[in-house]
Amino acid sequence: MTNLEFTPLVFLISAIAGYLGALTGLGGGVVVTPALTLLLGVDIRYAIGASLVSVIATSSGAAAAYVREGYSNIRIGMFLEIATTLGALLGAFLSSRTPTSILAIIFGVVLLHSAWQSSRGHSGSLANARPDPLATRLKLNGSYPGEEGPEQYNVSNLKTGFGLMFGAGAISGLLGIGSGALKVIAMDQAMHIPFKVSTTTSNFMIGVTAAASAGIYLSRGYVEPGIAMPVMLGVLAGSMLGARQLIGARVRVLRWTFAIVVAVMAIEMIVTGVRGR
Amino acid sequence: MNTWNDERLERIISIVLRTGVMLSAAIVFLAGICYMVRHGNEVANYHVFQGAPNKYRSVRAILHAMGPSDCRATIQFGLLLLIATPIARVAFSLVGFALERDRTYVVITSIVLAVLLYSVGFEH
Repeated sequence: MTNLEFTPLVFLISAIAGYLGALTGLGGGVVVTPALTLLLGVDIRYAIGASLVSVIATSSGAAAAYVREGYSNIRIGMFLEIATTLGALLGAFLSSRTPTSILAIIFGVVLLHSAWQSSRGHSGSLANARPDPLATRLKLNGSYPGEEGPEQYNVSNLKTGFGLMFGAGAISGLLGIGSGALKVIAMDQAMHIPFKVSTTTSNFMIGVTAAASAGIYLSRGYVEPGIAMPVMLGVLAGSMLGARQLIGARVRVLRWTFAIVVAVMAIEMIVTGVRGR
Repeated sequence: MNTWNDERLERIISIVLRTGVMLSAAIVFLAGICYMVRHGNEVANYHVFQGAPNKYRSVRAILHAMGPSDCRATIQFGLLLLIATPIARVAFSLVGFALERDRTYVVITSIVLAVLLYSVGFEH
């Protein structure tokens, strides 16, 4: 395949991945890497590098829209970014020391988890859960635009959330994904932050987390311009389209659609890894 | 009177993010066309990992390689700009929190910024 054929194909695949990723709040990277490795046979390290760069584009592009809507919480994001960036550094260092077959298997497991998480939905965040005293001191409790004016929320279990975020950062650095699914779990499930605030704040944090491993990826040669270019442009185009439709989108249908797509890819990644390709 | 608040900070951050991404995408797109014109008929072989050439692996090397003769270095420059966008976002937040005189968040933001700068300055 020549570059004139390869590049538009990669662009198209990335655009679809970005669109799905933005709609579900799980990020485009989670689909783009398996798509590139499974469909086009790209080495997983090139795919991871391109995906990580695109994750920054997705996050920054979509976050610009979310910030204006008033959903994301900049203080929650910044505080938890200490955990995610340190985790990302660790993950990026581990990435180059891990055999590609193992990377593929871990990727598949994370994908399966994303699919499961996506289909399960959230069991209704506890509105006005008891605030964590530390969260109150850090001014993390906030409000977001609800159907009948601003709705208040409190943040609980800050330490658990912080620990989960370190793990999310490490997975992000290891696999070159935004690991939005894990970030949303930490905020929505553990810290009882309302779902919309969790997903948009997660999207906001993803770019900073990814930037923390990007420098290491660059120095290891994972960021190949010939692949990163169409992936970044494609994911960005797709995610901007998807982000425009997020607010007011029917969450349940989306979750199921995405879950099925991701589960299929997950199984293929694990099979590929086990075969040691 | 304190004219600085989270809302204003968030508005500025959203402008920073959007500008960074759009500028980076424009550069990557134009450099990508240049790359396609010059290398379009070459075979795309990414099945085996060799790693990007050394001249595309660090901020210094990319800035050095950039120019009309090397479109791929310009793609990398566009990507560097993209990587710099969230870092700029954190830097702007730091200034914002300082203006709000929020010491706790100045410290928190500084830690995040330090981790990011360490990574980007990292040379293997």
